[in-house]
Amino acid sequence: MRAAVVVFPGSNCDRDALRAAELAGFDVRFVWHKESAVDGFDLIVLPGGFSFGDYLRTGAIARWSPIMSDVVRQAERGVMVLGICNGFQILTEAGLLPGVLLRNKGLLFLSEDVALRVENASTAFTSAYKRGQTIRLPIAHGDGNYYVDAEGLKRLEGEGRVVFRYADEPPNGALNGIAGIINERGNVLGMMPHPERHCEDILGSHDGKGVFESLMKDGVPK
Amino acid sequence: MTDNVFSAHGLTEEEYTRILGLIDRAPNYLELALFGVMWSEHCSYKNSKAQLRKFPTSGENIVQGPGENAGVVRLDRGATVGGDLCAAFKMESHNHPSAIEPYQGAATGVGGIIRDIFAMGARPVALLDSIRFGTLSSSRNAELLRGVVKGVGDYGNCMGIPTVGGETVFHDSYSGNPLVNAMCVGLVHEAHIFKGRASGVGNVVMLVGARTGRDGIKGASFASEELSDSDPDKRPNVQVGDPFMEKLLLEASLEVLEADLVVGIQDLGAAGLTSSGAEMAGRAGSGVCIDIDKIPLRETGMEPWEIMLSESQERMLMVVEPSKVDHIAAVFEKWDLAASAIGEVTGDGNFTIKRGAEILASIPAKFLTDDAPVNVRPYSEPEYFRKLSNADLSITRNSNDIPALLLRLIATPNIASKRFVYRQYDSTVGVRTVVRPGGDAAVMRLPGTEKGMALSVDCNARYVYLNPRRGGAIAVAEAARNVACTGARPLAITNCLNFGNPEKPEIYWQFVQATDGMAEACEAFNTPVTGGNVSFYNEYDGVAIYPTPTIGMVGVIDDVAKAVTIGFKHQGDAVLLVGETLDELGASELHYMLTGRDEGAVPRLDFAAEKALHSFLINTAPLLASAHDCSDGGVIVTIVESAAVGGLGVSLKWRWENLSPAAALFSESQSRAVISVEQKNLPAVLDALSALPYTMLGTVGGDRVSIEYNGAALVNCPLSDLTNAWRSGLEAAL
Repeated sequence: MRAAVVVFPGSNCDRDALRAAELAGFDVRFVWHKESAVDGFDLIVLPGGFSFGDYLRTGAIARWSPIMSDVVRQAERGVMVLGICNGFQILTEAGLLPGVLLRNKGLLFLSEDVALRVENASTAFTSAYKRGQTIRLPIAHGDGNYYVDAEGLKRLEGEGRVVFRYADEPPNGALNGIAGIINERGNVLGMMPHPERHCEDILGSHDGKGVFESLMKDGVPK
Repeated sequence: MTDNVFSAHGLTEEEYTRILGLIDRAPNYLELALFGVMWSEHCSYKNSKAQLRKFPTSGENIVQGPGENAGVVRLDRGATVGGDLCAAFKMESHNHPSAIEPYQGAATGVGGIIRDIFAMGARPVALLDSIRFGTLSSSRNAELLRGVVKGVGDYGNCMGIPTVGGETVFHDSYSGNPLVNAMCVGLVHEAHIFKGRASGVGNVVMLVGARTGRDGIKGASFASEELSDSDPDKRPNVQVGDPFMEKLLLEASLEVLEADLVVGIQDLGAAGLTSSGAEMAGRAGSGVCIDIDKIPLRETGMEPWEIMLSESQERMLMVVEPSKVDHIAAVFEKWDLAASAIGEVTGDGNFTIKRGAEILASIPAKFLTDDAPVNVRPYSEPEYFRKLSNADLSITRNSNDIPALLLRLIATPNIASKRFVYRQYDSTVGVRTVVRPGGDAAVMRLPGTEKGMALSVDCNARYVYLNPRRGGAIAVAEAARNVACTGARPLAITNCLNFGNPEKPEIYWQFVQATDGMAEACEAFNTPVTGGNVSFYNEYDGVAIYPTPTIGMVGVIDDVAKAVTIGFKHQGDAVLLVGETLDELGASELHYMLTGRDEGAVPRLDFAAEKALHSFLINTAPLLASAHDCSDGGVIVTIVESAAVGGLGVSLKWRWENLSPAAALFSESQSRAVISVEQKNLPAVLDALSALPYTMLGTVGGDRVSIEYNGAALVNCPLSDLTNAWRSGLEAAL
């Protein structure tokens, strides 16, 4: 299984994502945002960070990077795409996922471990978990307050596309406590918490490993 | 030339005469401006150099001592490819800019120290901060705290460098002159360390990164003056930071360093191009010639002296062989950054500025970097010293109602949890952080080895004020103790020496005494000084801050998986206090809380006892369930913190002769730590304690903190009440 970690100027979780995917068994490559194609991969990771300094709006400039038109094409072909934190923000800007990530309620950057409930364990990203299982992952963001219009929310909830939900009061104010969502086809997932930071017990927990292990097992385009 | 001209550059008449003697002619305006910034306290250390020579600066693990962009200490010998694994680390202050513009002042302070680290060829992996403000009863101080924390956080978070530790202190001596000290630590293999040297006549000098603008002009001189009411006018002296630009600069710089394309590299910090160019020439014994027309500018109409003194952020100076220029430019182009050849290395030893063919300034670089006067200032013991050390502490010693005192004390902003601060700092990016903020020291794992490094910043300025020599030593001891509590061996320190105006004999006395105490402690603990920063003139309207020599300590732990943390772990574990408790309520948090006064004798420090404690903590770490150093607020605060963090109560019962209940619980005697131990490990731990004073306090368990001392029940509180008071204290004060 081959994975690409896209590096935008300002990405800063690219090495962490590479390590986590390698630990799960992926053969991982970095792909620079100025490349025009990201061909031949089973998984494309858009890592966390501050692409283009978060200037204008989080993810708003990265979405126009040369690589992104091919990321959209690969997603349409069914390749697995995982957007973590800033990567999630880029996916919403690119229209691959609905909704938007607003400033945190309280306007402060938040860095802490949060409890998440796995709401849907039958996706290619979460098959290693059990439905309803609580896992702990770090968050580290200033703009994680998920919002979508009423119609969009109804669809997300009705179609089981809210994959991760904050188990307690969402610290960032996210609508319905939404921490991670998936597209209709089930091959594009965006999440604010960082699974790649909790893949080794020495770092406090291995609760995040499940995401990469699920993809190793089930992340083949159907 | 009138004296107005040289004083406008911050030079004294004596210094001007010295310049005339050195160059044997009258300097022109630009040359005088170069001397002005290079001979400022900030760049020349003219008032501190003589004293700093007392620090021990070498040792078996010291790879780079003071004088380069950062110090370097060896962490792991021979276990890795590319030579021994080392930590490059340094701490710097950005106090005056933060007083005027807290957000940008703090942000650019972080940006500056990060550049110092990657200039050594090291990848920055950790940040720590030491920040101090006036008490929060003033809304301005609360605003400064919010601005500084956001500035530190936004810069480090965007860079993807975790902020893993620090200290936040409130005291009215910092009202009007807050302290913002930032420390950065990077990892580098010994064979890949770079230096700030302009070697090789004919080599090209390249300026890379951001364009040069008018921001921060004369920041170095501004840092060398006292603050006053008129300071909002100094806003143009404050630099503006762009962490995104710095992230690109970091990646591009490390890329060209790893490809071995660079001869020497230095960041542009205080005094901008002037100090980096002159220092690189000075260290190599060469000359540097810069053509001002080749410097990319952000604005038009800049005068040569403005260009040379600009402190625009996110710039680096590189010296490269001519054949490598194109390759370097291509790497920077990839990152959308400018890399401009602006001059060359010469053999004449001069720092020369030209515009096309016209020479605008030419001064031997050594005159700028090495020939500033070395002032040994007169000093005298201030009147307060003897008076305050003899204060009567009986009110505090005899105070009753311990539960009420305890609840109040743990909620004071100095003792309360600093979660409000560190929650705004990304502490886990980089997947190296093993022990996160909120403990005694942060612990980071190291690549390619089982080892880890422990990092801590510390200073109890109240101690330093009341007894600078002992307080300086205690600052080093506490930093070492914090590192040892995780099981790590203290290796070396960096420092930020924050003091008032050194021209005042009482301030200079504080400086000499405190640094003497530090030097003695560094000798005793075998933790040499690898560099640091002196920040004088921390005064507001003529009143000095408390002398604050902040210590940044690096230690190494052999098995990072065994790093010890502060929280209690299991029901039934034994709780012990290691070290001796004396009646030492002088300079204590409790006395201050009860009287509003800083007075009394500072706790004693016995180097042998302190070292014995460190050895015990390091050697016994695998057997300890928790370890937490006793410091501000005494043993009771240590116990409450271990209980709150672990979410487990304690039941304690012990007897001591001759100590009142308040003294027993709140004394700040040094060289102590509270440990908890699983019963199965207790015999081995007691064996290791055979030569150390210790007290069996009781056991972990339940949901209350209950303490019986000399037969009297002193505390019996639900842990949740104590935890809530401690957790919410800082935010409640905001």
